[in-house]
Amino acid sequence: MAGSKGAIWVIAETNADGSLAKSSTEVATLARALAGEADTDAAGIVVAADPKAAAEELAGYVPRVISIAEKAADGNAWAQIAAQRAAAILTSDAPTVVLTGAGPDGRDVAGTLAGLLERPVLVNATAIDWEHGPSVQMSVFGGKLVTTSAFANGEWGIVTVRPNVVTAEKAKAAGKVEAGKADGQLALPVVKIVERIEEAASALPIEEARIIVSGGRGVGGEEGFGLVREIAEALGGAVGATRAAVDSGWIPYAQQIGQTGKIVKPQLYLALGISGAIQHKVGMQTAGTIVGINRDPDAPIAEFADLVVVGDLFEVGKALLEELKARA
Amino acid sequence: MQIVVLTKPVPDPAAAAERLTPDGRLDRAASPAVINGNDEYVLEAALKLVEAHGGEVTLLSMAPPNAVETMRKGLAMGAHRGVLVSDPALVGSDQWSTIQVLAAALGELAYDLVLAGFDTSDGVGGVVGAAIATRLKLPYLSSAAKIEPDPDAGTVRVRRISPTGFDVLEASMPALIVGTQLLGEPRYPSLKGIMAARSKEIVTRSLGDLGLDAGAVGGAASRTKVTGQQKPPARGATQVIRGTPEEGAKAIVELLAARRLI
Repeated sequence: MAGSKGAIWVIAETNADGSLAKSSTEVATLARALAGEADTDAAGIVVAADPKAAAEELAGYVPRVISIAEKAADGNAWAQIAAQRAAAILTSDAPTVVLTGAGPDGRDVAGTLAGLLERPVLVNATAIDWEHGPSVQMSVFGGKLVTTSAFANGEWGIVTVRPNVVTAEKAKAAGKVEAGKADGQLALPVVKIVERIEEAASALPIEEARIIVSGGRGVGGEEGFGLVREIAEALGGAVGATRAAVDSGWIPYAQQIGQTGKIVKPQLYLALGISGAIQHKVGMQTAGTIVGINRDPDAPIAEFADLVVVGDLFEVGKALLEELKARA
Repeated sequence: MQIVVLTKPVPDPAAAAERLTPDGRLDRAASPAVINGNDEYVLEAALKLVEAHGGEVTLLSMAPPNAVETMRKGLAMGAHRGVLVSDPALVGSDQWSTIQVLAAALGELAYDLVLAGFDTSDGVGGVVGAAIATRLKLPYLSSAAKIEPDPDAGTVRVRRISPTGFDVLEASMPALIVGTQLLGEPRYPSLKGIMAARSKEIVTRSLGDLGLDAGAVGGAASRTKVTGQQKPPARGATQVIRGTPEEGAKAIVELLAARRLI
């Protein structure tokens, strides 16, 4: 298989506890599928103060993982450090394409790597096919259009992959982890982390939730989100929100879905008091089933939901809780 | 403090008229342009910082000549001047060109901070800021919810959004910061601001002015290409229920049960 052609490389991200980020399991699964089509191998790079756990996990998805124990990754901003170590590997072992996540850390790695190695970037892939090179689909203009793009000159570039567009699947056989070196000076300025502030984390990150119950301006306040939470609990889902609800201080930014928040793809999206304006729609329009409860029958959500119940969200929401309890 | 804010004119998402030309470039004539929404948050942060610490805010854009119109709005909000890099050769530029051009334009400016928005509503890439910082070897601080410079010490602290809360980052200035909506709601231009903006300076720079070669950057040098565009698959028809709350709730539960979601 491999040999003449460069590998399809994944630069992995880790969670605070040292485990592999979910988005990286998705990107690695995609890299393996593309490697099959491109007749090469997939490979991964993990850069962390203690990369062992994440590297072993990543080897469940791709045949080759380079694990770099980098002391500087502890207590400093991660992405530039990781990009510099990855750049050293990619300089000596030229890739066919490099994939990262399209979340905050993945973007930072991709941008830094592009700057270091003078490479083109394609962003926010929702799917990648292989046609003599990566053929990258992106959703643009708030989901109104899907474009397909490629690197123009057959050269290698970097692609950031949107979360929740690939279902992570392990390889049949586990790959090998090799220790990489963290040699050489870091040429880019190191940015210190002087303090970590923990906020009360929600039980389930919304990007990973199978079901999301979300509230908008119509919920009216913090108390209103009590009902949203109750319905989410009854359905075993997570709580989401629109920017209006977050800006009003009713719920933390971590729960925001949309253009300036997170992009999610749950199996069920239940929207309470959400009009479905374009800025919110871009964050949730690919959900499996979309249900809205809204007072206004002409709200934009009625154009793309599977079901819209016209009515007061508190009355319908309470009736829904009763129905769900009756089934339980 | 001298702050440069990177701003991009984008098709107004609210007008919902965005489209591409047949060869895959943004059709700028199809849609009214506005300042990219995420850029307004960092502009607001920049204005508050110079109000507190003194100094000036410069807007920097790479865009067609008519971008002076959108730049005026930023000036009306309170920015002091604009620099517009505009050149016919830049039509069809990819991100790599954008990175080189903005890095070159920054090379001509004096600044303590460069601020950029989280991403743009048209491209949604969010990689240009990191790449520019890398080219210029500037400390790079991203996902900023709060920016606190200490001009006497020559340092800046940024509260970066992390998956579990915030990380407080510290770096020396000059630095490049990518900010988020948590920096705070952008102000509306006042009437006085709009009047004042008319006489504020907008300098236009060509590729030649920046010492860049049109063969090395811009549309002709684009290293990515759009090879196709199609409408996304349509979702099915929407079922609308008008009735009592109980009827609405029943309809939801029936749908969820039919789709094995409960």
